[in-house]
Amino acid sequence: MVKEIERAGLPVVHVCTIVPISLTVGANRIVPAIAIPHPLGDPTRTMEEEKEIRRHLVQKSLKALQTEISDQTVFAD
Amino acid sequence: MSYRIIHYINQFYAGIGGEEKADVTPEIREGVVGPGMALKAALGTDAEIVATVVCGDSYFASNMEKASAEILDMMKKYKPDAVVAGPAFNAGRYGTACGAVCEAVVKQLGIPAVSGMYPENPGVEMYKKSFYIVETPDSAAGMKKAVPAMAALVLKLLKGEKLGTPAEEGYIERGVRKNKFYDKLAAERAVDMFTAKLKGEPFVTEYPMPVFDRVAPNPAVKDMKNAVIALVTSGGICPKGNPDHIEASSASKFGEYDISGVMDLTADGYCTAHGGYDATYADQDADRVLPVDVLRDMEKEGVFKKLHNKFYTTVGNGTAVASAKKFGAEIARRLIADGVTAVILTST
Repeated sequence: MVKEIERAGLPVVHVCTIVPISLTVGANRIVPAIAIPHPLGDPTRTMEEEKEIRRHLVQKSLKALQTEISDQTVFAD
Repeated sequence: MSYRIIHYINQFYAGIGGEEKADVTPEIREGVVGPGMALKAALGTDAEIVATVVCGDSYFASNMEKASAEILDMMKKYKPDAVVAGPAFNAGRYGTACGAVCEAVVKQLGIPAVSGMYPENPGVEMYKKSFYIVETPDSAAGMKKAVPAMAALVLKLLKGEKLGTPAEEGYIERGVRKNKFYDKLAAERAVDMFTAKLKGEPFVTEYPMPVFDRVAPNPAVKDMKNAVIALVTSGGICPKGNPDHIEASSASKFGEYDISGVMDLTADGYCTAHGGYDATYADQDADRVLPVDVLRDMEKEGVFKKLHNKFYTTVGNGTAVASAKKFGAEIARRLIADGVTAVILTST
């Protein structure tokens, strides 16, 4: 899906847990997430802390979308 | 003599449990477990399954290097002559785990490894160059066909027998080129192929070209303050009750849902349709997969202009690549028609 959205001309960031699969599939802008059942959350934290973690990941995603790249790029911390 | 084989399987095939147990750490058990019974029968008296390693798919996928190292350490004690993993069919995390384990076995222990997967399993693209992966059907219904083929291949490798072409042996092409002598000159063979092609007759190339389906990255978003951001997910988030009945695996459709005025995805309103991961956390708070709450906050703060009023969702669990392509293209068409600037796509 990521690749087809990119192919259609929309910049897209893939927020995902298993980065090697995302690289294999061919996503270009990749942001590594927390865990498979809760990529943008962490149930071991309080709701407030979780939202902070989620906000950080979304901020990173928006930054990835604003970054010019020429090849597949993983936006780690 | 009888060769010593170690079998690798996931928590599901070991009978430990489904997605709620996908976090279990690796363990090794003596002898045969689950599908190891069929493998044992197929191996006959030439080889014996001395131990079985069991690991949760999510644990492996989330800790690939650590899990591989742990598993290799466990295996060493049993002095294996070869390792068989799976078959994983079209299960993505399981295939990735089988691939990573087999690659580590070949590279670090220097012994043969064989797995079995459906060609669309992401583990194939990632690891096919490192070891032999037998081509299997896409679901466990193909177990009867997959296991004997895997057993036959591992025995051939153990005995040092010469392997035929991937098509003859039933494994997925690894991209290895072998020199071979022909009676006919290359030029003659090329002309033969060409005339066959002109006549519409079948012919087989001697050097298939690799297929690279890559899309170049689009230019970055220059003016975020005026951007419309859309959310798409393969994590199956949908209105509670899954009104469009998106399948828990092998999805045949995607959903489009209006989130005008929705500030936060609550447990009363949203859940996941995905059957490939433990749904507990997504059902409690779907923002953990589809971050609507945070994007609404940022929209209010003016970080970007607007969160698109619709989100798109499907279940990425054994879903055919052809279906995913079709969904992606159609979703993109609708997003562009609605004036969306950029997309955040989340996957579990």
